Amino acid sequence: MVELFGIPPQALFGQLLLGLINGSFYALLSLGLAVIFGLLNIINFAHGAQYMMGAFVAWMMLTYFGVNYWWALLLVPLAVGATGIVLERLMISRLYHLDHLYGLLLTFGLALVIQGLFRNYYGVSGLPYSIPAELSGGTNLGFMFLPTYRGWVVVASLAVCLGTWFAIERTQLGAYLRAATENPSLVGAFGINVPRMITLTYGFGVALAALAGVLAAPIYSVNPNMGADLIIVVFAVVVIGGMGSILGAILTGFGLGIVEGLVKVFYPEASAVAVFVIMALVLLVKPAGLFGRVA
Amino acid sequence: MAVDAPATLPNSAAKVGAPRHHTLVFFALLLIMLVAPFVLYPVFLMKVMCFALFASALNLLLGFGGLLSFGHAAYFGIAAYVSAYTAKVWGLPPELAILLGTAAAAVLGLLIGALAIRRQGIYFAMVTLAFAQMVYFFSLQAPFTGGEDGIQAVPRGRLFGFIDLANDLTFYFVVLAIVTGGMLAIYRIIHSPFGQVLKAIRDNEPRSTSLGYKVDRYKLAVFVMSATLAGLAGAIKALVFQLASLTDVHWTMSGEVVLMTLLGGMGTIFGPLVGAAVIIGMQNYFASFGAWVTVLQGMIFVISVLLFREGIVGVISRWIKKPL
Repeated sequence: MVELFGIPPQALFGQLLLGLINGSFYALLSLGLAVIFGLLNIINFAHGAQYMMGAFVAWMMLTYFGVNYWWALLLVPLAVGATGIVLERLMISRLYHLDHLYGLLLTFGLALVIQGLFRNYYGVSGLPYSIPAELSGGTNLGFMFLPTYRGWVVVASLAVCLGTWFAIERTQLGAYLRAATENPSLVGAFGINVPRMITLTYGFGVALAALAGVLAAPIYSVNPNMGADLIIVVFAVVVIGGMGSILGAILTGFGLGIVEGLVKVFYPEASAVAVFVIMALVLLVKPAGLFGRVA
Repeated sequence: MAVDAPATLPNSAAKVGAPRHHTLVFFALLLIMLVAPFVLYPVFLMKVMCFALFASALNLLLGFGGLLSFGHAAYFGIAAYVSAYTAKVWGLPPELAILLGTAAAAVLGLLIGALAIRRQGIYFAMVTLAFAQMVYFFSLQAPFTGGEDGIQAVPRGRLFGFIDLANDLTFYFVVLAIVTGGMLAIYRIIHSPFGQVLKAIRDNEPRSTSLGYKVDRYKLAVFVMSATLAGLAGAIKALVFQLASLTDVHWTMSGEVVLMTLLGGMGTIFGPLVGAAVIIGMQNYFASFGAWVTVLQGMIFVISVLLFREGIVGVISRWIKKPL
């Protein structure tokens, strides 16, 4: 195997792996957005900021309290998810009777506040978070070199995505959730506490973003702006996939990451805009999104 | 076709021509702006006027068309780049540079608008934001935008060959004339039959469709108008500051102009002007606080959405029981 389509396989597979990693984050984040949108009917603009918080809280726990990566993986989503629950109770819950756009505007404001605060205290230069010892190093697969941590990110993200899908589509609790998405008042009439379910769902969505942040911390430098640009790409991913389906969000996320990686190999200048071009094409051909129901 | 006034405000829109208090407010504002440059720094005032026009353009789309564009920086920024480039590299006179910048924004608005109106509500906001980000990445990489540096030291030139715009005070009155023209155009659009249909679509889209209106055409038309006026604001801004940079196309700019509109009062005529003056004033006088300005803006966003959805002018309008 010398060359594929005139590209050395090292470069091709290297970019594919990068794409798969980006895709892991797209999938985790768009999954969180889809779960929140399903029940709350708002687009959580603060999602990028909460992803950034995840990375930062992991860094703080390690630096100030010596909490290692594995505990951070568990504790950070709980902590950041808890802040999400507070936000939902104090602010977001006041907007459910209004146009959905107000939810977008509110969470945009929250994102500005969160990012601004972190910028004030930590600057924009970025803080290092080292890869845990168990996951450092890598394996030579013959056709490419696979850093262990990157492989771990892809596997962990897949596992979390599929776990979430299973919980929502195949469990009792998930059935309540789906029912409440369809008709909250009817579900409430059956004695289920829908407002609490909404609160917990928002907390869960935020926790997913924070988990993505912890996974990202060792790969990207931890800095206050890390979520801001990413979230806009994730919005495009969500528009392409449509938010109607959990599995759709996961597939679109990974798929677009891979496509972006391929574009980087064949036409690097366009890689930053590839997702947006695909969004334009999808809007032309199938406006409701690949997995979307007609709204 | 009968022109329906909003239920709470009988007879206000049914009269022919502008209500008298609107004319009064317009003249009062114009009077203030004629005196203002002798009291305040003209460049600051020109910035306020550019953003007032920018916010009013967004308000035309958001407040009267019911479409939230979260990517208006794209039109503002592309117009700034084109007018800066044509003025500096091609050496065009300012009137042509502004015209070309505005035209570029119109074309971009047509392209993005035609795609964006295929989705509604919250998706529309996300689509416009995503396309604006695409324009941002394009501006970052395209050879003519100067990348991180932007286009600097843009000559202001001579308007029509004999009005020297290098003088801040001269340029101030030119900007005042253009922005006043833009505002009057928006006022005319809102109060035309076209504007009435627009409001009908905003309030009840399926019903407007069933009445036989080609809803998509109206949406696209107002989108292009809004993008064009946002472009006009951006083109002037590039010449005032002699600079077009990535800040102009960044999503934070889109957010800022939404904030101005929200704070001043969505769907009011004078709200965006007030919102722009407050936000630009805040940025100007609090500049030494650095990133705290972002935090403050975010907090204003949160407070406006939670407690103050009518905006400043909306509240005043409710007090005096007249639409402003």
